[in-house]
Amino acid sequence: MTPEILSIRHVVKQYATHKALDDVTFDVPRGSVFGLLGPNGAGKTSLIRIINQITGPDNGEVLLNGERLRQNHIGKIGYLPEERGLYKKMEVGEQALYLAQLKGMPRQEAVVKLREWFDKFELKGWWRKKVDELSKGMQQKVQFIITVLHEPDLLILDEPFTGFDPINANLIKDELLRLRDKGTTIILSTHRMESVEELCSHIALINKSKKILDGAVKEIRKTFRSDKFEIEYKGNGIAFANALWAGYELLETSQQDDLIKAVVKRNGNQSTNELLSSLLPNVEVHSFREIIPSMNDIFIKLVQESNQQPVNTAEL
Amino acid sequence: MSTISLIIKREYLSRVRKKSFIIMTILGPVLMAAIFVVPVLIASYNHEDIQHIKVVDESRLFSGKLTGSETMVFDFDTTSIQQAKATFSGEKYDALLYIPGNVLHNTNSVMLFSAKQPNLNLVTAIEKSLQQEIEDMKLQARGIDRTTLTEIKTKVSVNTRKLTEQGGEELSSAGLSTAVGMIGGVLVYMFIFLYGAQVMRGVIEEKTNRIVEVIISSVRPFQLMMGKIIGIALVGLTQFILWIVLTLTLSSVASTVFFDKEAIKEQMVHRATPMGTAVDDGNNADFGNGEITEIMSAVDSVNFPLLIGAFLFYFVGGYLLYGALFAAIGAAVDNETETQQFMLPITIPLILSFIVAQTIIQNPDSPIGFWFSIIPLTSPVVMMVRLPFGVPVWEMALSMGLLVAGFILTTWLAGRIYRTGILMYGKKTSWKELGKWLFYKE
Repeated sequence: MTPEILSIRHVVKQYATHKALDDVTFDVPRGSVFGLLGPNGAGKTSLIRIINQITGPDNGEVLLNGERLRQNHIGKIGYLPEERGLYKKMEVGEQALYLAQLKGMPRQEAVVKLREWFDKFELKGWWRKKVDELSKGMQQKVQFIITVLHEPDLLILDEPFTGFDPINANLIKDELLRLRDKGTTIILSTHRMESVEELCSHIALINKSKKILDGAVKEIRKTFRSDKFEIEYKGNGIAFANALWAGYELLETSQQDDLIKAVVKRNGNQSTNELLSSLLPNVEVHSFREIIPSMNDIFIKLVQESNQQPVNTAEL
Repeated sequence: MSTISLIIKREYLSRVRKKSFIIMTILGPVLMAAIFVVPVLIASYNHEDIQHIKVVDESRLFSGKLTGSETMVFDFDTTSIQQAKATFSGEKYDALLYIPGNVLHNTNSVMLFSAKQPNLNLVTAIEKSLQQEIEDMKLQARGIDRTTLTEIKTKVSVNTRKLTEQGGEELSSAGLSTAVGMIGGVLVYMFIFLYGAQVMRGVIEEKTNRIVEVIISSVRPFQLMMGKIIGIALVGLTQFILWIVLTLTLSSVASTVFFDKEAIKEQMVHRATPMGTAVDDGNNADFGNGEITEIMSAVDSVNFPLLIGAFLFYFVGGYLLYGALFAAIGAAVDNETETQQFMLPITIPLILSFIVAQTIIQNPDSPIGFWFSIIPLTSPVVMMVRLPFGVPVWEMALSMGLLVAGFILTTWLAGRIYRTGILMYGKKTSWKELGKWLFYKE
């Protein structure tokens, strides 16, 4: 088995007036929660539709488990689109069974699995109710169940948390982590960075139809760290400044009651222990931490940078 | 079960289980039966309502001659019209008929007074009776009596025979062919419109529900479209068959419960006979029976297996052709109000074929008839109208072949528009855009 469940290779998608995807290449590691990030209109949905074989790429290829996408791969993928809904006048249970069978699941098996999920999500009494009798949150639970019912190897969720109240969002989050632990790979397309930091181990960032970054979240955050540290202390600000080694630069100070917060930047490659040992005799250190940029910061920084690059007029 | 049969099953069951389907299925035959039953019922109830009419006859010509009928009783009175009018409101009469003295010279001078507006039937009946009597008087004045006149009256009826290729003769009836053709054409027309619109609404529903993307991540858009079209076709056929079965049961039940056959025949004879011409009764009944047997033998001569086979073919073929186009429209718009601009080009050929059908009835083998029954967009309706009059085999073959080619073409076109359209949300689609979608690579 290949280490990556999904491999996107030089994928190009051209619509009449614009290029939705321009030579996009990245791998999705097996068993990861993979964040597919990018601003609105970047090409995320186009890529997801190609993975789901709703449309095909104009160029390049997509490999699932090392094989080119085929019709029978559909059963291995579960897809929750951003624009999602259900037949309003159809009974909940019947509808879930229908969609499961379309994914190639035998009816009997689907009934058993569906009952388990209905118990778990507290939907037990709703099997024979019409969809439009359900609250919006319940409909979304049903949609989630339908997406995962056939136990796909690869789960693709496009903005899964929009429209969920915090309790249900947590329910879904827990379920996703449980699925990940069972070996399901999850692709999460979103522009909500807090859920990325919480869940994703890997990401790819797409802007203006081009991939501009991909890799493990930890690695990315490491490469983007700027050697800044935040120190909270009590004591004399001048004594603090004097105690800073020449290798550190004081960027900003703020004070709340008698607790002073300072941000310093390291200019060399001295160890932080040396800094601390020179500070300790002079001020009372309450906390010390390295400032690692959030995914949100990285996202904004990269998107802005790539927007500033000269735009190839041929693509307009 | 294959995915397309799953889709067909869902489309079929979700519609057949709907209350509106069940109501329409029951209501359709009831309405059809009502068309046959209600006039007979009304006619039979009318008998009980006898109109009493007071007659002031200044001409003194009609006393004893104006006999009235089952629904009309004439009472002659010799008072003056002024007095009769004055006492009218206190009497039990429904109307007061005034025949002035100079009625023979001025036949427009007769007047009918009543408290309420008299019904048209009554007025017509009185007019007929008076007319008859005055005619008789004039005839007698010239020395002719009614029996002589009846003997002179002649009825000519042309019997039509089709000369078959085998050299034999076949009984035919232009009237029957017209009726059968029109019924077939109208049914095909209705079926295409009713169920084509259902295909369109189904597609729009999936689009506005936003379920379509979930489904086409499991099946090809083309499968979804075809599944829907076929599923709805089966719904239509089911409804159609149920209608026929229910109509036949209902009308046979109705006719045995409400009237025995004799009563119906009596009714028919009665209605065919104008009031006051009781003398002609025997003659008319003979003539009526003759025509009925004529029609019966013409019915036998109609090639029903061919007609029914062709009907099913054009029924299904026409629906598939238009159903695909309706599906494409549904995919191109966001809601039903936006369908107008795309509906027109589809409804025009359909409506046109219906209009043309009415002229073709007069002349089934005209060039218009030929071309409209060959072109796939109009052939389902027009060919059904032409068929009972006899259509050469090669024309049938050409028309059917082109219809098959036509629906393959429209399905292909629609499929391309459909797969792009269903994923376009919140965008107003133009014709230009639709054209572009045709050439998108998948």
